[in-house]
Amino acid sequence: MTTQTSIRVKTLVIDGRDVSAREDQTVLQVAREHNIFIPSLCYLEGLHPVGACRLCMIEVKGIPKLQPACVTRIKEGMEVVTRSERIDKYRKMVVELLFAERNHICAVCVSNGRCDLQNMAKALDIDHVGVPYQYPRLNVDATHVRFMADHNRCILCTRCVRVCDEIEGAHTWDIMARGRDSRVITDLNQPWGESESCTSCGKCVHVCPTGALFEKGKSVAEMVKRRQFLPYLTTMRESW
Amino acid sequence: MSKVTIATVWLDGCSGCHMSFLDQDERLIDLAPLIELVYSPLVDNKEFPEMVDVTLVEGAVSSDEDLHKIRKIRARTKILVSLGDCAVTANVPSMRNSFKVADILKRAYEENADLNAGTMPSGQVPTLLKHARPVHEIVNVDIFVPGCPPHADTINYVLTELLAGRKPDMTGRTRFGI
Repeated sequence: MTTQTSIRVKTLVIDGRDVSAREDQTVLQVAREHNIFIPSLCYLEGLHPVGACRLCMIEVKGIPKLQPACVTRIKEGMEVVTRSERIDKYRKMVVELLFAERNHICAVCVSNGRCDLQNMAKALDIDHVGVPYQYPRLNVDATHVRFMADHNRCILCTRCVRVCDEIEGAHTWDIMARGRDSRVITDLNQPWGESESCTSCGKCVHVCPTGALFEKGKSVAEMVKRRQFLPYLTTMRESW
Repeated sequence: MSKVTIATVWLDGCSGCHMSFLDQDERLIDLAPLIELVYSPLVDNKEFPEMVDVTLVEGAVSSDEDLHKIRKIRARTKILVSLGDCAVTANVPSMRNSFKVADILKRAYEENADLNAGTMPSGQVPTLLKHARPVHEIVNVDIFVPGCPPHADTINYVLTELLAGRKPDMTGRTRFGI
């Protein structure tokens, strides 16, 4: 006797296109399956979505506020718009604020040419930052034997926090403080090299969207991030 | 037909954007009959003309001299172009911005000096502003051309569009860094 699955299929409309998907999927997942581009920075397949970066904001008919597509489950008859003047304005604003909040100097960054933030600015046609740069004084942690953390380049997406907790199971990374003072930290804000929980697996380095976490010895534009392991690990664990 | 007057300015930058301008190579020969280069590090005119059609600005605004220059240039330019990341974002010059100016001077003229250590510059060189800033934070900018440096093809596209009387569409053409 075969087991009946309780997952149902629902139909919805994205940008005027009728699509159907499993009811446990999010709008972002369904849109990507249908090659509809919704920008995102904190989302990464294989990690739990947190809706932190606010780039995937969409319009849902009947709801006045914009909704983050990565944490919005589909519903029967839902009508979604992924591009509008209002959405474009907010997405550009989000990316400009990220550039202004820290010291992102693309030209001298290890991730130049391979950075999700840099590529996002290009994808959204951002040719300058309209808000004043903050120029915060931030540290570079070079205490780990293999890796470095440059807080000047961090966008607080929490991919490192999630991969360390959900996949590696070490939970070395976390966030301290609030708002513009927020920082990713290792253990109880101790130097990374002195962390007792860090297994030096390097998953955080490779999921980091910018040059904030990188391998020691890498120079400008040399840091290549390899993320193939993530969907592989997730799939393998599910099948067990 | 009178020639379109063009100026290029070098503020706090490395001159890489000017090198990229020169990298237009033989296309400069095509541009030459159409433009008059009236002020630039590449020509000998010492005074910025009363009015210029297009000015390409390389570099961030970092000193009192840069500030004075960019205000004068804006007042005397019809179309102002921020050329390259230093003009557009303040880029590498802005890496000093999270430090105090006095600490930067001390580092350069005292801690790292082999000769006359501790003698601070006075009078001969422009005074540093608190921050190196993008051009558009000081004056209005008409066209932004990011890139470190922008590719010669991109600069050529911008110039040929402007010469044709069109506003260049920068969509997908360049980005911060490169």
